[in-house]
Amino acid sequence: MSYTKRLDGRKFDELREMKAIVGIVPNADGSALFAFGDTIAIAAVYGPKQLHPQHLQDPRRGILRCNYDMLSFSVPERKKPGPTRRSHEISKVTQWALSEIVNLEEFPNTVVDVHISILQANASTRCAGINAAALALAHAGIPMKEIVSSVSIGKIDDRIVVDVNKEEEEYEEGAGSTDIPMAFLARSKKIALFQLDGGIELEQLKDAIEAAEQACKKVYKIQQEALKDIR
Amino acid sequence: MSREVVIPGETIIAGEDYLPGDGVRREGNELVASRFGLAEISGRLVRIIPLSGVYIPRRGNIVIGRVIDITFNGWSIDINAPYLAFLPIIECPRFFNRYDLAENADIGDMIVAKVLNIKTRGVDLTLKGRGLGKLEKGMIIAVNSNKVPRVIGKEGSMINLIKEKSKCDIIVGQNGLIWLKGETIEDELFSEKAIKFVTERPFVEGLTEKTKEWLEEKKK
Repeated sequence: MSYTKRLDGRKFDELREMKAIVGIVPNADGSALFAFGDTIAIAAVYGPKQLHPQHLQDPRRGILRCNYDMLSFSVPERKKPGPTRRSHEISKVTQWALSEIVNLEEFPNTVVDVHISILQANASTRCAGINAAALALAHAGIPMKEIVSSVSIGKIDDRIVVDVNKEEEEYEEGAGSTDIPMAFLARSKKIALFQLDGGIELEQLKDAIEAAEQACKKVYKIQQEALKDIR
Repeated sequence: MSREVVIPGETIIAGEDYLPGDGVRREGNELVASRFGLAEISGRLVRIIPLSGVYIPRRGNIVIGRVIDITFNGWSIDINAPYLAFLPIIECPRFFNRYDLAENADIGDMIVAKVLNIKTRGVDLTLKGRGLGKLEKGMIIAVNSNKVPRVIGKEGSMINLIKEKSKCDIIVGQNGLIWLKGETIEDELFSEKAIKFVTERPFVEGLTEKTKEWLEEKKK
């Protein structure tokens, strides 16, 4: 019995309903919310501001610092607050994806802080976080080359699906599930994030990348609308 | 002259005829936005007017800042920018005891100063100029620095209107800090409300007229 129909009734290349709002944290220099269905992330950007401790400063350019955090009420079973091995990893890959787009050479010795909080988690949280952070950085007026859009691709049994949810992530029949979060730069079409959890054949991986590129275009459209809608 | 909201990485216009200005870069034949804001095409020049973000100092700006440190030759000032500002004593026109700088401006005091120079690391301020110096009494409110042109209005029309109606002395710093001083606290709070009225309506046409109506209605 193979995976012929998705558990929540979506088409195989269909994303969950997306939502993006810019400017939701009044005290931040830039902020945004991004949601894939039940997965909701908010990002707040502070800076550029002077970086302390001084030994972390870079006299050639400003640096970017990301902090990803799942709030304790975001999952069915209460999560112990504070940083974990997982949140450290996601902070780091988010930072790498975002440093591809920001251009902080005008602000040496400064730091731009990005705080991503997951309000509600139903898989693909790092993707929602990156999407929200890209919007928040743009809203903060940081010099940027382009916008990054992110989506997670899954291989459930032998089918490629777009925007995996928790139910699919835990699918165990057949070949089980493989989760591949990816991020694409909207203009130059480069890949800024690529992680793979599970196993996949090379040929199918190419299909997955193709699917991600198409899905990221849809994400980008939502991001574009949210930024232009600012009033 | 046309204006449109653009996002980073978006092509504003194609063609060799146009020149990239602030926040715009050229990629082959296209002019591409390098930041989020309002793209303005005036003649051949294409530039982006910021809509949000932190205050970036420019030479000649009048700013309001707080003294956060006193050194042997001047004051360190926080002006809500990415870098600290420095006010050296030689840029102070008044005579005072240079062995006790705290007498002139102590830590925590607010000053209004002009941006003299921007170096790779930090900003220099001066107090040489009319109306510059330490701020006594009154209150200070903060607005987004990108809204300051709206608060001031065309040739100061908006701020003069608010000053007149609220009977307050107002100094608007380009960094978004605004100093208000009136006869009574009520006057100051009223002018604060008027300024908030202006900053909450960034895209309204003919805002000066609307503010005038609003002020007259509230004044009763």
